[in-house]
Amino acid sequence: MLDFVTEHLPALQVVVPLIAAPVILLYQKEAFAWGWALLTTWTTFALSGLLVHEVFSQEFISYDLGGWAPPLGIEYRVDAANALVIAIVAGIAALVTTYARKSIQAEVQGRNQPFFYVLLLLCVSGLIGVAITGDAFNLFVFLEISSLSTYTMVALGGRRDRRAYTAAIRYLITGTIGATFYVIGVGLLYMVTGTLNMADLAVSIAGMDNNTTVQAAFAFIVIGLGLKVAIFPLHLWLPNAYTYAPSVVTIFLAATSTKVAVYALMRFLFTVFGIRFDFELDSLAFLFLPLAIMGMFIPSIVAAFQVDVKRLLAYSSVAQIGYMLLGISLATSASLTATSIHLFNHALMKAALFMALGAVMLRLKSTIIDDLAGIGKTMPWTTAGFALGGLSLIGVPLTVGFVSKWLLIQASFASQQPWLAGLIVVSSLIAVVYVWRVVEVAYFSPVPEGRVRQEAPLSMLIPMWVLVAANIYFGIDTDITIRLASLAAEALLGGAP
Amino acid sequence: MIDAQTAFLAAFIIPAIGAVLIALTGKSPNLRETVTLITAIILFADILIVFHGYLAGDVSEIIVLEIIPSIPIAFEIEPLGMIFATLASGLWILNSIYSIGYMRGNNEENQTRFYVCFAIAIGSTVAIAFAANMFTLFVFYEVLTLSTYPLVAHKETEEARRGARVYFGILISTSIGFLLVAVVWTWIVSGTLDFELRGILSGKIDEPLLPLLLALYMFGIGKAALMPFHRWLPNAMVAPTPVSALLHAVAVVKAGVFTVLKVTVYIFGVDFLSTTGASQWLMWLAAFTILASSLIAMTKDNLKARLAYSTISQLSYITLGAALATSMGIIGGALHIVMHAFGKITLFMCAGAIYVAHHKTEISDMKGLGRVMPWTFGAFLVGALSIIGLPPLGGAWSKFALMIAAADTGQLVMMGVLMVSSVLNVAYLLPIVFRGFFQPLPEGGGATSLNDGKLHEAPLFCIIPPVLTAFGCLLLFIYADPIRIFIALMLE
Repeated sequence: MLDFVTEHLPALQVVVPLIAAPVILLYQKEAFAWGWALLTTWTTFALSGLLVHEVFSQEFISYDLGGWAPPLGIEYRVDAANALVIAIVAGIAALVTTYARKSIQAEVQGRNQPFFYVLLLLCVSGLIGVAITGDAFNLFVFLEISSLSTYTMVALGGRRDRRAYTAAIRYLITGTIGATFYVIGVGLLYMVTGTLNMADLAVSIAGMDNNTTVQAAFAFIVIGLGLKVAIFPLHLWLPNAYTYAPSVVTIFLAATSTKVAVYALMRFLFTVFGIRFDFELDSLAFLFLPLAIMGMFIPSIVAAFQVDVKRLLAYSSVAQIGYMLLGISLATSASLTATSIHLFNHALMKAALFMALGAVMLRLKSTIIDDLAGIGKTMPWTTAGFALGGLSLIGVPLTVGFVSKWLLIQASFASQQPWLAGLIVVSSLIAVVYVWRVVEVAYFSPVPEGRVRQEAPLSMLIPMWVLVAANIYFGIDTDITIRLASLAAEALLGGAP
Repeated sequence: MIDAQTAFLAAFIIPAIGAVLIALTGKSPNLRETVTLITAIILFADILIVFHGYLAGDVSEIIVLEIIPSIPIAFEIEPLGMIFATLASGLWILNSIYSIGYMRGNNEENQTRFYVCFAIAIGSTVAIAFAANMFTLFVFYEVLTLSTYPLVAHKETEEARRGARVYFGILISTSIGFLLVAVVWTWIVSGTLDFELRGILSGKIDEPLLPLLLALYMFGIGKAALMPFHRWLPNAMVAPTPVSALLHAVAVVKAGVFTVLKVTVYIFGVDFLSTTGASQWLMWLAAFTILASSLIAMTKDNLKARLAYSTISQLSYITLGAALATSMGIIGGALHIVMHAFGKITLFMCAGAIYVAHHKTEISDMKGLGRVMPWTFGAFLVGALSIIGLPPLGGAWSKFALMIAAADTGQLVMMGVLMVSSVLNVAYLLPIVFRGFFQPLPEGGGATSLNDGKLHEAPLFCIIPPVLTAFGCLLLFIYADPIRIFIALMLE
């Protein structure tokens, strides 16, 4: 049994949630659906733990799906870079499912509740698939699985606020354009090289720097994935989708989906095309870098003026993507380490923050900033969780946010661009403004008349505090995360997956 | 008797345990305050054991862990840090006694939060004092900012929230915006952040960039309240007076100037600074801060606001000492940390005692109060004289040392600045005392009838601590030399 598991580990990682999802349709009871999803996501998480363990001991794992050898067959290839992303997705999925039940009961229409868990499992499977596959076309397939389920999950928010439907449609249109661009790019590459396997593509493209078809493919793929990543200014779908989706969906999406897209983008930029590709170096310096900087500032400033805390955090997510993009555009081993660790760290902080907001939504039926007055007294644990998550977002020492920021600043200095360090710190000061607006209202505004102390249920508090504790733990003991992130950077830069 | 190494480790654990116990005993005020006092006493005793062990040479570095590869969180003792830790933990005992009197006397709310945050703040001050490298210092510098924010916002009024916002905003922006960049820059060019005697930057950085790096450090250390980043300190005065007394006259602001001295001596190196002249601009800015804030202090009628501007001015004495870049300047600055701490905490405690007893905050309302509060005003006079720098009080020595340093480096203008500043100190501090003692009480003024011939002193808990610290100012005049000799070891 154990041999079977280790042998087929990469396939199981995707297949377990994929097969588990339709089972819920056979018996559409909310309690069963939740329990089944819980079992599945925790199993997936355990499998991802094994995977990370394997990657530490060997450089990479190659798995031929169905026994067909690459480049003809589909290859699953796991190295530190995607093992990290898979661990994020599986871990967050497990915690989110644990957390989800009460919140979903309150926010999603009764008969739709089992479907939510189906969609969640499909989405988990799709996201892990995107991360694990070594085949460019297969990546498209998984991208669509995850995206389609995401659009539907966003629309589930329609019971609470009908604007969720518009948000979902908008997301659907943008997302589909992105996926189409991506697949056009892959098609162009196939035309030139005759292969879809990423490792094979990298070898074939190596000499074709000036081939205009390859350049066009590069443009299509980067823009297509850029829409999924929500690179500024391709982020317009994100704030509404995050704001109007059910709280649980927002938690899951904010922590995972853009992270997976960032990973896919890095995989193409550094492994498939490779930085010897001149056209790419120019676009990194003249396109990515300015967009990263604009992304660090403009959405942050917009966030500072939001009245809905959920929307505020959504804009903050766009800003955080700016940091990741900054690391990508510097294209050094140090800067990719910073981006990789920020994938992980940002997932921890945003998940914790959105979980706290979900608890607030459950109790107060609102996330408007003025309605949060005095929750420091009525919901002390939730508020404390939010405050610590917020400190991590700002980048205060002893939290994960500080580690990310330090590594990113260090990478800017090492790339001889100290002015970037200045921009990073200035933009994180804007984070102080928007986080502190919330903290101040929560702790130092009087409790409205007639509101009694009502803390969120333990089923929500425990996952929330696991994440809050992780924010602090991985901000102090960084041995594992930094090691994994620097291995990931090496894996991305060091040739084919 | 536990050995010194264990005591050194315990110095970081005791405040943490204290904070937890205070939080747990919050339901019973008597128990909670007992825990606070006992924690303070144990911490002080522990620091004394460490001091003893350090003199005997039995204490070695503690490395906790590495957050960023090859930059550990580590603690080590050097003379200045030893003095600072002793000072902060010792005054915490007196301040805790005072807090009990003050907080109860005013029926303040949320007292548990107050005592918990206080313990964390003192713990981080001790960690700052013993930090073995700039990274560790930076980490606890931020913890100190965070733990004192709830203390400033304590009253939860709109005014308190606004004050706390400015407080937090300036301290966090300067530290993340400038100090963090300076620290990473230092790390990149020199490959280490350890505090080393001759500095770690010499020969590793282009000299034209040196003043820029120094500026990032000096403005980044917002707690030193160098102009134009001084506004947080007057804003912090919305906090209850014990906070102003211990944190905004001793622990927080002294953590700032302590960092200034550490950076000057152990990151840049005194010789490197004086040969390159990179600190010239800082000297002028410090001089400007000294004079400008003294002048502002004269215009303030609110007693705590006046004391706050006085603190800004006095802190820049220490920055000036660092900027002179001679060993005498450093010693003068270091001495001034101690001397000013005793003087200023006395003044603040007296201001609080006046508030507890008569609910007066404006100086113009304090006519004749000295006659009914002789102990309070007596202690205030002693504290004020020490701040001014008159013998036989401790403040005289540190000013003297700074004067010598200015003369040694040929900066006669700076000597002039120090002298003018002393005159200004007289002008804004002594009228308070004179008004209290020599002007008659206003007829029928005040809510309580004060003219009944009896004394209306503050509660004993609020009087004993300032009287003791005033006495301390006197002792420091007599025992200044051992401290000077001990501090001088930091330069050898």
